[in-house]
Amino acid sequence: MIVFEDVSHDYGGGPLFRDVSVRLEQGSFHFLTGPSGAGKSTFLKLCYGELLPSSGKVTLLNRDLREMTRDQLAETRERIGVVHQDCQFLDHLTVEQNVGLPLTATDRPLRESDVSDLLGWVGLGARADALPPTLSGGERQRAALARAIIGAPNVLLADEPTGNLDWEMSQRLMMLLIELNRMGTAVLIATHDLNLIRFAKAQVQARVMRISGRKLQLAGAEL
Amino acid sequence: MSARAISSLVVPGRGQSVWLVTLSSAAMAFLAVFALALSVTSARLAATWSDALAQTATVRISAPPEEMDSQTALVLDVLRTTPGIAEARVMVPEEQAALLEAWLGPDLPLDALPLPRLIELTETAEGPDRQGLRLRLAAEAPAAVYDDHTRWRRPLVQAATRLQSFALVSLVLIGAVTAAMIALAASAALSSNGQVIRVLRLVGARDRFIALAFVRRISRRALYGSAAGTAVAMLALLALPQAGSAVPVLAGLGFQGWTWALPLTIPPLTAILAWAASMATAFRVLRGVT
Ligand SMILES: Nc1ncnc2c1ncn2[C@@H]1O[C@H](COP(=O)(O)OP(=O)(O)OP(=O)(O)O)[C@@H](O)[C@H]1O
Ligand SMILES: [Mg+2]
Repeated sequence: MIVFEDVSHDYGGGPLFRDVSVRLEQGSFHFLTGPSGAGKSTFLKLCYGELLPSSGKVTLLNRDLREMTRDQLAETRERIGVVHQDCQFLDHLTVEQNVGLPLTATDRPLRESDVSDLLGWVGLGARADALPPTLSGGERQRAALARAIIGAPNVLLADEPTGNLDWEMSQRLMMLLIELNRMGTAVLIATHDLNLIRFAKAQVQARVMRISGRKLQLAGAEL
Repeated sequence: MSARAISSLVVPGRGQSVWLVTLSSAAMAFLAVFALALSVTSARLAATWSDALAQTATVRISAPPEEMDSQTALVLDVLRTTPGIAEARVMVPEEQAALLEAWLGPDLPLDALPLPRLIELTETAEGPDRQGLRLRLAAEAPAAVYDDHTRWRRPLVQAATRLQSFALVSLVLIGAVTAAMIALAASAALSSNGQVIRVLRLVGARDRFIALAFVRRISRRALYGSAAGTAVAMLALLALPQAGSAVPVLAGLGFQGWTWALPLTIPPLTAILAWAASMATAFRVLRGVT
């Protein structure tokens, strides 16, 4: 689904990571860890084409990121669900409308019952008509997760999706992602939360990648 | 909530650019109605003047009183044998007096004036060979002058035609300024909604969807604005004093009969213009935002 070949990235102040080669296959489950500022969010942005790599080749859903037209990139994003670290919403639309946006903005049919089911699952049933600015940090994260998965994406990328959540809600969301993964979605989660990784590893075959010292390493069984 | 309904909601409704579109469309539509009225009126004047004067002409005979009758007979002979003249009629002195009265007042002792004699001609549609007629008259009745009113007609018709071109140029300028204003407003709307564009991009919206969300809103505002401007201008035209009042040329400004339908095309045309201008701008701006 997502293939990195010798990818390096550099914002201008020296490379964040160098020569990263990795494949995220269909149905795979990955965690991405590393110290703050190591480049986890940057790595995810490369995975949905918000950034182009400084060097190397990124292939998203069988298309070379560099060669994609703007419409092809949009088409690719239609199949990639993203939970941003700073969950971005349209602040003048309700939570429900924001969650449905991946479908409505790509002219795909939207069933209102799907949206309310999903909102119920992430515990936002009562906040469906609220505006995003009135949500708490944790509520925003849950809404962002609901939006990322409403379109049944082939790939789900989540940047610290449980950063503001209590343990019980974190587990609940993780179960949602695990269910999604079991249906074939490739999942990649950037997180510091080792408990969460352990919890997931008990349910699925998850691999852990770590960015440190400008390298991406595959961590083994040490967790 | 349907996809189409959402797509008209994704751009926030507030913002100065929306007002810029509404106001400038209203103002431009107002001006366009007057330019259109000017164009219609001047076309009508040009047509009226050339029609009214085209098929009439006069022959003026200035001769000493004792030769007047013989010259008149000569002229009538020439006219009778000229193809293209339908009718030739000698005007009676009372008619001439009436014509002059309009210019000189009723109290003139006309009898004392050595007035030329006028023969009024009605020409057929093809008209006579004017140059040939002049030459024949010069040879056979040197006291007669053929006058087909071209001298009077030409500057009047020219003035009306020029007025009409001014009006048309104004319409083109108004259209161009409207398009420019709307393009400016569209580009302002897009750049002040960077967050909206970012979010839409994130969820996979194509440029076309994003552009349409802005374009629909802008064209709708342009339609409302220009409808208001057009309505006000048409009311203003209705309120102008109509023909027959003291200043005949000015009072003629306006529409008549079916031409009242012309200004009604301004709002839809503005909406189409707004659509095209904002669509082009949106695609250009979106290409620059990655
Ligand atoms: N647009 C940018 N321009 C320049 N530098 C940037 C930009 N975005 C991020 N950086 C820098 O790149 C480094 C990596 O940022 P990134 O957001 O990828 O880190 P992270 O691993 O996600 O950190 P955290 O765990 O705090 O979220 C940071 O030092 C950051 O300051
Ligand atoms: Mg980050």
